[in-house]
Amino acid sequence: MSNTPDSESRATGARLTSATLSPAERPSLQKRWSLTTLKEQCIRLVLFCCALLSVATTAGIILVLFSETLLFFSQVSVLSFFGDTVWQPQSQDNPRFGIWPLACGTFLVAGIAGLIGMPLGLLSALYLSEYASERSRSYLKPTLEVLAGIPSIVYGYFALVFLTPYVLQPIFMNALGFEVGGFNVLSAGIVVGIMIVPTISSLSEDVLRSVPRGLREAGLALGSTKFDVSVRIVLPAALSGIMAAFLLALSRAVGETMAVTIAAGSQPDLSLNVLRSIETMTAYIVMVSLGEAAAGSIEYRSLYVVAMSLFLITLVMNIIARFILRRYRNVYQ
Amino acid sequence: MLPSLSQVIAEKKAGQPPTHGQGAMSHGTPDTSQPKIETRHLNFYYGQRQALFDISIQVPQRNVTALIGPSGCGKSTFLRTLNRMNDIVDGARVEGLVQLDGTDIYRPNIDVVSLRKRVGMVFQKSNPFPKSVFDNVAFGPRIAGLTDRKKLGEIVESCLKRAALWEEVSHRLKDSALALSGGQQQRLCIARALATDPEVLLMDEPASALDPASTARVEDLIFELRRNYTIVIVTHNMQQAARVSEFTAFFFQGRLIEMDRTDQLFTKPKEKETEDYITGRFG
Amino acid sequence: MNETAFSTDPQLAARHRWGRMFEWACAIATWLCLLILATMLLGVFIKGWPHLNWGFLTHFDSQIEPETAGIKAGLWGSFWLIVLTALFAIPVGIGAAVYLEEYAKANWVTRLIQLNILNLAGVPSVVYGILGVTVFGHMFGLFGDWPREPVWHLPFGDKVLTGALTLSLLILPVVIISTQEALRSIPASLRHSSLALGATQWQTIRYQVLPASLPGILTGIILALSRAVGESAPLIMIGALTYVSSTPGNIGSVTDFFTKPQGIVEAPFDRFTAMPLVIYNWASQPDEIYQSLSAAGIVVLLLVLLLMNTTAVIIRQRFQNWIRW
Repeated sequence: MSNTPDSESRATGARLTSATLSPAERPSLQKRWSLTTLKEQCIRLVLFCCALLSVATTAGIILVLFSETLLFFSQVSVLSFFGDTVWQPQSQDNPRFGIWPLACGTFLVAGIAGLIGMPLGLLSALYLSEYASERSRSYLKPTLEVLAGIPSIVYGYFALVFLTPYVLQPIFMNALGFEVGGFNVLSAGIVVGIMIVPTISSLSEDVLRSVPRGLREAGLALGSTKFDVSVRIVLPAALSGIMAAFLLALSRAVGETMAVTIAAGSQPDLSLNVLRSIETMTAYIVMVSLGEAAAGSIEYRSLYVVAMSLFLITLVMNIIARFILRRYRNVYQ
Repeated sequence: MLPSLSQVIAEKKAGQPPTHGQGAMSHGTPDTSQPKIETRHLNFYYGQRQALFDISIQVPQRNVTALIGPSGCGKSTFLRTLNRMNDIVDGARVEGLVQLDGTDIYRPNIDVVSLRKRVGMVFQKSNPFPKSVFDNVAFGPRIAGLTDRKKLGEIVESCLKRAALWEEVSHRLKDSALALSGGQQQRLCIARALATDPEVLLMDEPASALDPASTARVEDLIFELRRNYTIVIVTHNMQQAARVSEFTAFFFQGRLIEMDRTDQLFTKPKEKETEDYITGRFG
Repeated sequence: MNETAFSTDPQLAARHRWGRMFEWACAIATWLCLLILATMLLGVFIKGWPHLNWGFLTHFDSQIEPETAGIKAGLWGSFWLIVLTALFAIPVGIGAAVYLEEYAKANWVTRLIQLNILNLAGVPSVVYGILGVTVFGHMFGLFGDWPREPVWHLPFGDKVLTGALTLSLLILPVVIISTQEALRSIPASLRHSSLALGATQWQTIRYQVLPASLPGILTGIILALSRAVGESAPLIMIGALTYVSSTPGNIGSVTDFFTKPQGIVEAPFDRFTAMPLVIYNWASQPDEIYQSLSAAGIVVLLLVLLLMNTTAVIIRQRFQNWIRW
């Protein structure tokens, strides 16, 4: 708006002017090229660029990973990457790049995390949505979410310094006689499982709460107990949403880095022994970064290949989960 | 029991100040003076759905025109085409002509912002900004570039006075507007609209959320404001239309059925649908 | 239970027993998680207790005398990281959210951006680390092979700025999504009444929508920033050091801001470490004393996070009292 003396004097409101102005004196409705309209357009453009930056980030990730991955595969055959069962990139005379040991480590940790986190998360979601009073829910839920706010390095430390020596070693080594390493998959899996509980429980709780009340009431009216309603009516109705929550949480477990690096160590082995050290994809990336690999070397490029695999795995899990969630929301909302 | 419509109209006539009556008389029928707002063959669509059908109407200068009709008949939609508030709805489309003082407001080179400064609007639910009373009224002049604290104060005072709110809030201009009562909030919204110095005031059921006492105050205010402003008011309350308006247009299923002087329309409607509606056979 | 009074059906009684057991299972699961949380916090606190004193905050790391080691370098490194991250991520994040909520039309471009942001939120942090080291750290090798002497700070290498830019990209999706939620909670009537008064769209956003949604936006930003404080993997990847005995720009106390103002300009281009990195470094040392130092570091880190979250809660409550719809 132009700030002419005329418009100000009219705007004082001391007299009621505009309604009494003759048509010629009235402010024109014509769009004029002014600083204000220019400013509006500029702001819009700048904000649009901010939004585009997120697309640029994705493009950057894909570009960076893809180009280095191509270079990697020009030196290592795709077949040996997917076929070989040994991962020893540091070896001078016989470097081998079979992804399976790393994939095995990643999925082993994610699997244990799922075994721990999924029941805990789902049961606590059921407790919060079906059983807990509104009052206890109001403090239980935020407290549970504190678990998600704690840095993963703290979980790693907890696994290494408390879980393994004070819980796992007494049980498995002293009582059952198994060999338990200071670094082991089980401790990493357990803490990652605890880490993903808030993800599962708050997503599942949202899903459970969106099951219409009518469905619950219908069940109760038919003479079901609360347990029947929870397990036979609400849970099946919310099943697909809960699956999506599991998937999102598992993708988080796959991408989890520091806790796993600290607790599970860096021993790439194709083994299902959960009491030994192992190396996950994320831990490998951290280990190479800590080392002295020169940019452009094959070892350095293997970093990008592993990151690419990780990116694709989590992306697919996320996309499937979002797809399920959207379909679920369409049913009940 | 509510008083009958003809009673309301008779009382209104008697209660009018003489000058006021003359002013109203000088307009005669809607057609005789230069209309403030005129639409010709206005069609309006929300996406595929057509909401208004071929509306041609003339809104006279400095007068209150009421739009009545059953809910969903398009009267609010019509009101919002007059200051282009429908522009912000995705998929909204207008066909036909809408003129303000003879200027087509849907022409491509029209500045919507200056249009809305000239055509103020008061909404159904009072929606003061979550700021102080003073800042609410001063918002319009401020965004127009006025920074002089003294002038702003003058505008706020005069607008609050014109909105018959000054007495009640003069000592609490710094308080949050949300602390006011519902009726006060609505009058604040009217004051806020007046502060941009508009020529036309569009009111979308301004009293529907208010208690009877507050409604009466808002209606008195509308009655006062028509000396200086062209007012178009949407109401679902026929009594209210009869009390405050000089002209009334009856909308039904997206069509303008009939428009006439209020007393004419309520006592001798020409169309069957109008008669059915005002006698309460539907709606 | 009431129902049992009506029936002696043994099957029903069994069902009620099951129901009670299930409820117990749910309750135990919930409380177990909280118990683990408490154990974790308490254990770390007890383990770190011997080192929790003022000297821990004001001393650098020491490998010769670990008894006197402190987290000063990490504390200041994290400070600079967060300030710079906030500087980049807040304007861009709010800008993107405002565009998507207030300006964008519902077309395929908008849907693409929206979907893209949701997916970015699920990308593992190490991938951001790779992006950061390639784009900001080495700048695609445009300035020659890494490592080499920078030409006027380019490429950014393993300096604070690289870390902050990387963390900004990492938290950007979180900032955008939470800001969008805050904007969505503002009733449309606020925008309508402002537009109806002849305000332009930007004036409406600037003077009405943003002030009204500020508490929600701030809460989201603080939560996102606290995620950035705890991140370590991307920092390791960009080559941040785990053992440093200097602070960025040599600013090691509040008074240094005034006595060494040039340090403020130098800090972004200085080498750094961050609290989680120091903790990681200590945790990977075998000696018992380092485990204990690590625990003390964790306590400091958690206190910083607690401070940030408390601020978020206070902001939310302060503003909520004033703005009621």
